[in-house]
Amino acid sequence: MADPKAEQLGVGVAKDPSLMTGAIPKRDWMDVPAIFRPGNYCYPGKQEIVEYLSSALPGKFGPAREWNPEDEDWNLPENWKEIILEGIRERLDKFRSLKIFMDCCVRCGACADKCHFFLGTGDPKNMPVLRAELLRSVYRREFTKAGKIMGRMVGARDLTVGVLKEWFMYFYQCTECRRCSLFCPYGIDTAEVTMMMREILHLVGVNINWILEPASNSNRTGNHMGLQPHTFKENIMYLVDDIEEITGIRVEPTFNRKGAEVLFITPSADVFAEPGIYTAMGYLLLFHHIGLDYTWSTYASEGGNFGLFTNNELMKKLNGKMYAEAKRLGVKWILGGECGHMWRVVHQYMDTMNGPADFLEVPKSPITGTVFENAASTKMVHISEFTADLIRHGKLKLDPSRNDHRRVTFHDSCNTSRAMGLLEEPRYILKNVVNNFHEMPEPTIREQTFCCGSGTGLNTGEIMELRMRAGLPRANAVKYVKDKYDVNMLSCVCAIDRATLSVLMDYWNPGVDVCGVSELVGNALVMEGEKERETGLRFEPLAGSEEGEADV
Amino acid sequence: MKVLQSLLLVLALIVIALVVAVIPGGQTLIGKVLPYLAFAVFIGGFIAKVVGWSRSPVPFRIPTTAGQEESLPWIKPNRFDNPSTTFGVIVRMLLEVTMFRSLFRNTKAEIHDGPKLVYGSSKYLWLFALIFHYSFLTVVIRHLRLFLNPVPGFVQAISFADGFLQVGSPSVMISGLTLVLGVLLLLLRRMIRPQVRYISLVNDYFPLLLILSIAVSGILMRYFLRVDIVSVKQLIVGLATFHPVIPGQVGAIFFVHLFLVCCLMAYFPFSKLMHMGGVFLSPTRNMANNSRKVRHINPWNDPAIKPHSYADYEDEFREFMKEAEIPVEKE
Repeated sequence: MADPKAEQLGVGVAKDPSLMTGAIPKRDWMDVPAIFRPGNYCYPGKQEIVEYLSSALPGKFGPAREWNPEDEDWNLPENWKEIILEGIRERLDKFRSLKIFMDCCVRCGACADKCHFFLGTGDPKNMPVLRAELLRSVYRREFTKAGKIMGRMVGARDLTVGVLKEWFMYFYQCTECRRCSLFCPYGIDTAEVTMMMREILHLVGVNINWILEPASNSNRTGNHMGLQPHTFKENIMYLVDDIEEITGIRVEPTFNRKGAEVLFITPSADVFAEPGIYTAMGYLLLFHHIGLDYTWSTYASEGGNFGLFTNNELMKKLNGKMYAEAKRLGVKWILGGECGHMWRVVHQYMDTMNGPADFLEVPKSPITGTVFENAASTKMVHISEFTADLIRHGKLKLDPSRNDHRRVTFHDSCNTSRAMGLLEEPRYILKNVVNNFHEMPEPTIREQTFCCGSGTGLNTGEIMELRMRAGLPRANAVKYVKDKYDVNMLSCVCAIDRATLSVLMDYWNPGVDVCGVSELVGNALVMEGEKERETGLRFEPLAGSEEGEADV
Repeated sequence: MKVLQSLLLVLALIVIALVVAVIPGGQTLIGKVLPYLAFAVFIGGFIAKVVGWSRSPVPFRIPTTAGQEESLPWIKPNRFDNPSTTFGVIVRMLLEVTMFRSLFRNTKAEIHDGPKLVYGSSKYLWLFALIFHYSFLTVVIRHLRLFLNPVPGFVQAISFADGFLQVGSPSVMISGLTLVLGVLLLLLRRMIRPQVRYISLVNDYFPLLLILSIAVSGILMRYFLRVDIVSVKQLIVGLATFHPVIPGQVGAIFFVHLFLVCCLMAYFPFSKLMHMGGVFLSPTRNMANNSRKVRHINPWNDPAIKPHSYADYEDEFREFMKEAEIPVEKE
């Protein structure tokens, strides 16, 4: 099915009858079945991938098999219902959050219009409250007396194959961005519910390939892309060549080097795909500029962690490489690149899962002497915290006019804003490396930021229309600053964003590019002994040069 | 439909109360037995629920951060929306519980041609919720005067403030009226806003209507069908001192009121009303955002889960690594 054009979708999203445009569905939501058709679901995990993951974590991935969401029969294990109910019971016992979130919702509806999926689709089941009710209704039936006795009257329903299918549909239309949780009077976090439900669906072999394949690559080769060590190095060396061509400086990254002071880990997309590679060039320039004693690792060559979108066990297993490698190499602390969900894992899970990192030291910037007390236990610092500290201490020689061909805005990634609170650091950096910076409207940034629409492993081509709908709130806010200030660069600190927002901008706001904050840092850095810069890190002409502003 | 079902349920309860209040022994049942039963269910159920929640651990530190983190010393952290200390968490919880901080943030999104999304401030729900909850609280405190002898100062003060208008005799208590107002506003909002209407269950309408019927029966009893307040107090104090008595001249309306209150108490622990307890235990609100500074312990963390080892990795790729001049452990 061809994806609709932006003009067409733009009219539909505002005009077609939906709960978002004021039309109340006639049927009760329990009577509306989930129907799968090309374009509204992600492809299931490949059999060999599921087999590989099952061998790594026995019992967590259900039967490996061929199945098609469009088929009536999903080849579920015979005792699927038992497995699921036991899965729910186990998680109720393991997570207080789930119990509280099942019991406390009053259906006030404050969350209803906070979800980007709801805003873009108008589908009632994308209201966070209803997304949680998809599970809550079964919870009532199976785990509460009222539900057992009174059934549908109290919002309880039986667990059927239809319910399971509905779960597969809607728990893969949530990107765990936590925006709803911000507005909930009880802090009910749909991300938490979605995480549990995805775990539970995995138990009966209901899954998507776009998450499982990168996860399995990451386990084996160290990164999502499946880059083997020599290729990983080779990719970075290409960037080194480009940097030399642009600046005349040869930076000298090292790999798997024992005894380095700092281990640097970033999402592998940064060394592999545009526009992330320009961000990686920014890192390389920055570390050269300050003479940081650091190493890359090919073994722990992935900052991202698709285990977060799969289950706790896989998240822990994949994340374990970071500390294992830091220990093997004997570094003092870890520096992390720009990534959203990676920082959710690093900030809120890593130390608990794989700590204590007692073989590392409390991070201390060798350049400024700043001790990062906020990372005293986890021993991992965010590149924006690190860079902001360098700028604050005047350790970087910057020429922001080299970014004058950019009129920049900043997208807060969901995870760094609502699961960490990294808001000012990137803004401080931006204000020092660009001259034209404009914020998007307040209800769309900082803690209220909107997801790119394709997070949690939904960055896959087969659901393009859904992604463009879910990304509409973000795109719309960018359009606002594009129209008002002629913004042509959407900066961010997230690798998934760099990939997904590029597509989103091409669709809704052609002419707006996407970059990592570190790319803009790299552009602005005045390197010792460099040649006169004629282009930016993308080989794009700078403002004032002959072809100036060619990219607008 | 669901409103109607809920309404019928509440009406049925009222009819039951009216019938029981006139049949022999009925008043004893409602006045002497039910309150104890209901109270026991309420307390027992409430505790069981909270204990049930507490039995499950909080494996990870997962606050929803709603402001700047504590990081570099020169960046001002948002101490209460993104607390990194216990004090900050206490303030955050206080703001949440007493001021409904998160609801105060509420916005309303609309989609217009363009497409253009517009976000407006929306404080109605916050306001309605405040009116309702504080009225309810005041009414409950005011009722303590029936249980306690002598009446504590703060109960007297609140009752005095509540009746400061000094209209009518007995003087009108504002909280009773605002409680009815609060319930009606919440009810109307639920019925009118399409999104909320679509998700509403009997579980949502029933408690609102039950509380409404309690408030209305109370108001009827105080101002219109005047019951003998001395007898009421005698009955309530009797209950409180475990010497229940049924004085002769208490009107039927009082038994309706008391019966409905018993229903509410017994219903409470099994319903969404438990948000009253749950809000205190919500891990996204009651935890400090200091997970990189202080290690949080997960009691069921499985040490057997290890990463794919470096040794296995090197074994698979050693030749490539050597060729690419990447250091290896084993030559």
